[in-house]
Order: sequence, then structure tokens, then C-alpha cells
Amino acid sequence: MIFGIPITGQTITYFLLALIIMISGVMLMSLQKVMHMAVALGGVFLGVAGIFILLGADFLGMAQILIYAGAITILMVFALMLTQRGDDTESPPTNSWRVGGVLVFVVVLCAAFLYVLRGTAWPVTQSAVDPYTQPSVVLLAQSIFHTYTVPFELVSVLLTVALVGAVVIARKEEE
Amino acid sequence: MALQPFLALGVVLFGLGLFGALTKRNIIIVLISIELMLNAANINLVAFAHFSQPAQIQGQVYALFSMAIAAAEVAVGLAILLAFFRHRNSADMKDVDLMKW
Repeated sequence: MIFGIPITGQTITYFLLALIIMISGVMLMSLQKVMHMAVALGGVFLGVAGIFILLGADFLGMAQILIYAGAITILMVFALMLTQRGDDTESPPTNSWRVGGVLVFVVVLCAAFLYVLRGTAWPVTQSAVDPYTQPSVVLLAQSIFHTYTVPFELVSVLLTVALVGAVVIARKEEE
Repeated sequence: MALQPFLALGVVLFGLGLFGALTKRNIIIVLISIELMLNAANINLVAFAHFSQPAQIQGQVYALFSMAIAAAEVAVGLAILLAFFRHRNSADMKDVDLMKW
């Protein structure tokens, strides 16, 4: 027990993953070159995938690695390369007072959230390592294909519309 | 393991994303910061799904839908960004002032 937290495999994994996420996140906000930022983004997404798997959401963790760490990071790198003109350094903010103000605002907001989080009496404080009765993939599939079939189909329509819309918007206009 | 550490991680990730979205100059970095905030929300959804009594799967379903919407948002956002870059030849936030008055 350290600070009232039991030392288990789950706790150690949580702290390692949280450390990865926070270090990558702070690097993302403080690095100078935008390409390095995109690489730090991959670290954040992989850490979040680990947190998902730790929370018993295996399928979501894998989807996170595929969609976020794979597709979205590469898409961002691709867009960064398309919009580079020589230097790839993030230009300094126009107004340093504004950065300070935003920093203070964000820190106060996070402190308020954490204070409320600590003060709230959550109904469940402890949970088993794997509380689900069946494998979470089975539960997820039953839920998606039985209960939420219509939203699931609507998501496929939305993805098609977004794909066509993205192509139309990004296309070169004919003279 | 308690619920609070996961929610605290979500708060920190959301704060990082909010800071980046409000201060960064490059439009792509702003999009990346928005992704960070969406991820923080997903962590909260999965954590509540895991810690509700009995454990509910609905939180994971919601997180899955939120991922799909985020993917669509990134595709459309990058398309708008490329169109903007072609018109103004800039990826800087201060050049996005067409509707500013």
C-alpha cells in the first residue's frame, strides 16, 4: 500500500500508461517541429488504447490502435506534409499574454474538475479486474447487432456521406 | 482499482487538448488537439461502463460510435483544411479570418 493505493498489476499498469499518455501529451504541446508533434500524438493514442484494454474493452483498444494510432496519425502526417512550405516549425503564438491566460484558465478548469471528482461519492469505488460476465466482444456484438442496429446502420451512412463530402470538398475545382 | 484515477486521467487529457486547441497556430495541430479531447471523453465512457454495477456494455458501444464520428470529423476537417490551403496558401490559424468582423 502506497498512499492508500494497493500495489497490484492493474495499478502498476495504470500508472505506467498514465505516465506514457501524460509525457506524450506534454511533448505534443511543447515540441517545436510539427512532425514531431504528430509522432507524440501516436504515443498518446497507444497509451489510451492500453487504458481501454485495462478497462476490459479489448475490442475498443484494438479499434483505437487501428483507427487512431494507425489511420488518424498517418492522415495527420499526410496533411502536415501537404501543407509544408519549407520550414516545419510551429510559429510562435501572436500574443504571449493570451497563451498565459489560456494556461491559467485550463489549469483552473482542470483543478475544479479534479476537486469535484474527489468530493463526489461515486456509487462504486472498487471493481473486479474483469467485471463482465461474458467476453466483452460478445457483449459488444450482441449490443450492436440486436439493440443498436439502427444507429449502427446510420453510422455507416454517415461514414459514406463524410467520405464523399471530403472528396468533393478537397477536389480541385475545374477552371 | 477505483473509478477516480481513470476520470482524473480523462480530465488531464482534456485539459491538454483544450490548451492546444486554444493556443496553437497550425490548423492541423488544432485538429489533433480536438482529437485529444475526444479521446478523453472516450476514456470516461469506457471507465463508467467498467465501473457501473453490474458492468454495462453500453458505454463501450457509445465509445465505438464516438470513434466512428471522430473518424468522419477528421476526414471532413482535413478536406476543409486542404481546400483552405489551396485558396489562401497558408495553414496558419491567423489567416482563417474570412468571417471575422
